[in-house]
Amino acid sequence: MTAAPAETGTPAASAPAAPARTARRPRRSPRGRLATAVVYLLLLAAVLTVLFPVYYVFAGAFMRPDEIAGYPPSLVPHSLTGRNFSGAVHAVPLARQYANSVLVAGVITAAQLFTSVLAAYAFVFLPLRARRVVFGLFLATLMVPWESVVIPNYLTLSGWGLGNTYFGLVLPFLASAFGTFLLRQSFRQFPAELRDAARIDGAGHWRFLWRILVPLNRPVLAALAVYVFLSAWNQYFWPLIITRTAEMQTLQIGLSTLRDSEMADPGLILAGVVLSLLPTLVLVLFGQRFIVRGLTAGAVR
Amino acid sequence: MPTAPPPPARPRRLGEHGLAWAFLLPSVAVFALFIGYPLGRTLYLSAHANDLFGAPSRYVGLKHYTDLLASAEFRDTLLTTALFVLLTVVPGVLGALAVVLLLEGRIRGVRLLRSAFALPFAFSVASASVVFSVFYNPASGVLNGLLSQFHLGPVGWLTDSRYALLSVAASTVWMNLGYNVLVLSAGIGSIPDEITEAARLDGASGLRLARSITVPLLGPSLFFLTVVSTVNALQSFGQIHILTRGGPDGATRTLVYSVYQNAFAYGSSDFGTASAQAVVLLVVVLACTGVQFGTLERKVHYA
Repeated sequence: MTAAPAETGTPAASAPAAPARTARRPRRSPRGRLATAVVYLLLLAAVLTVLFPVYYVFAGAFMRPDEIAGYPPSLVPHSLTGRNFSGAVHAVPLARQYANSVLVAGVITAAQLFTSVLAAYAFVFLPLRARRVVFGLFLATLMVPWESVVIPNYLTLSGWGLGNTYFGLVLPFLASAFGTFLLRQSFRQFPAELRDAARIDGAGHWRFLWRILVPLNRPVLAALAVYVFLSAWNQYFWPLIITRTAEMQTLQIGLSTLRDSEMADPGLILAGVVLSLLPTLVLVLFGQRFIVRGLTAGAVR
Repeated sequence: MPTAPPPPARPRRLGEHGLAWAFLLPSVAVFALFIGYPLGRTLYLSAHANDLFGAPSRYVGLKHYTDLLASAEFRDTLLTTALFVLLTVVPGVLGALAVVLLLEGRIRGVRLLRSAFALPFAFSVASASVVFSVFYNPASGVLNGLLSQFHLGPVGWLTDSRYALLSVAASTVWMNLGYNVLVLSAGIGSIPDEITEAARLDGASGLRLARSITVPLLGPSLFFLTVVSTVNALQSFGQIHILTRGGPDGATRTLVYSVYQNAFAYGSSDFGTASAQAVVLLVVVLACTGVQFGTLERKVHYA
């Protein structure tokens, strides 16, 4: 996945490794040095631009109001005040909304894994006469933008009395064609011998599925889980319209409320953002390979 | 379409067919209820007038559509949408491409740098937009604060209709950069090392290597990223809702935001008009994904 470091030779070319190594490390001509310097400079400029917002969120979250809005603007917090954090959690029910987001994203993730595993199993391991048609319909759902069906869904769930409830927040997202597609790809590569062995040992479909297939597909399931969790965690449009009270809103909506109500106190807003970032920051820093795998499943392969 | 690896050799008991449908049922039920049926109902609503509370009243055929096409406001909305797509997709894809190519330049700390560029991915649309709204604040924001150091500004980043769409697009480019870099890095990672090594041995390096080897071989990834970015841009909502509410004076009102305004904002329940706009959105997005599916075949061949 990552570019091989320059120093390691490719294992296949072990014999001519020594000459290849010197050849691959071109002598640094003055021009080459200049090019390298330019690359470093450009990267430095780019990385500073990209990271500045991230840095400033954390710095600003510890600044007093007069530091943030002062002239000249401070870029480093001098006070390291904690007032912003206590202020943020009191301005909106952030703790409750945090819990809402964890619950909603957690339920959506668990449900999508479950329904996608079952559907993918049916597509790969069970006889199905209309397999191609059904699978085509599954894929077709991926092409429908959620915003095109949001009005009827709002009417349906409000009509069922599920507006402003947890059920209303999760029901439309309990299945996913993307998850089915991803798992189907993985299940199809399951070795036939293992499957036959399980069958000979008397394992029925249900047991084979949960005792053998699922445990052996843990990496792809983890990738899917990370992907689904992040998408659900980041949802904005649907929670915005289906919830009405601050107690039922998710963290994302809470952040936007916090922004609207505390416009004059940017440090407080940034503190709220810092709190909301913690779980996803951990995922991005430590679960990157899962993210990449889930996100690019539709890309090249 | 390829079939499953070991297709059931002998005709299985009827039970297995039943089991297949039972396994498919949860997904099929969710899709039918929340995608299939709503598609039909969106079409139905778009062909009906509605009362103040949004309940459909009488059949009006294509009236909502012809009204939309005749309205200057809607044409502005379509133009704004197209502009927003251009302003986010082009810099987003090219910027990420520049970053991953620079990272290929045999330098130290590539892993660390790549992680740094992926960091914006930790921001949701809401958190990124809230952060940028703090930056863009005309009085207390850090952007105008820095500009004032050079005796420039203050700029009405979100309140001046000349800059509002640009500002929203800039924040969108920033929040998408992490994802774009991850996708293109994965694409570069899947280019066989031997090809790049051979080119290097032939003396290619730097721009030449990028132009003749890396970028062409990155084609499928770039194509995928462009389509995904376009569809995402078309569906953007959170940043517009948080930063500008479609303003000033409609300068950032895109198609999706217009659907929201007509259907849900300020107690409005004009579901007829909003549904017609939702159908327009559907057609545009289908056209974009259609392009992707149509060229999938070609991609598989040279990937």
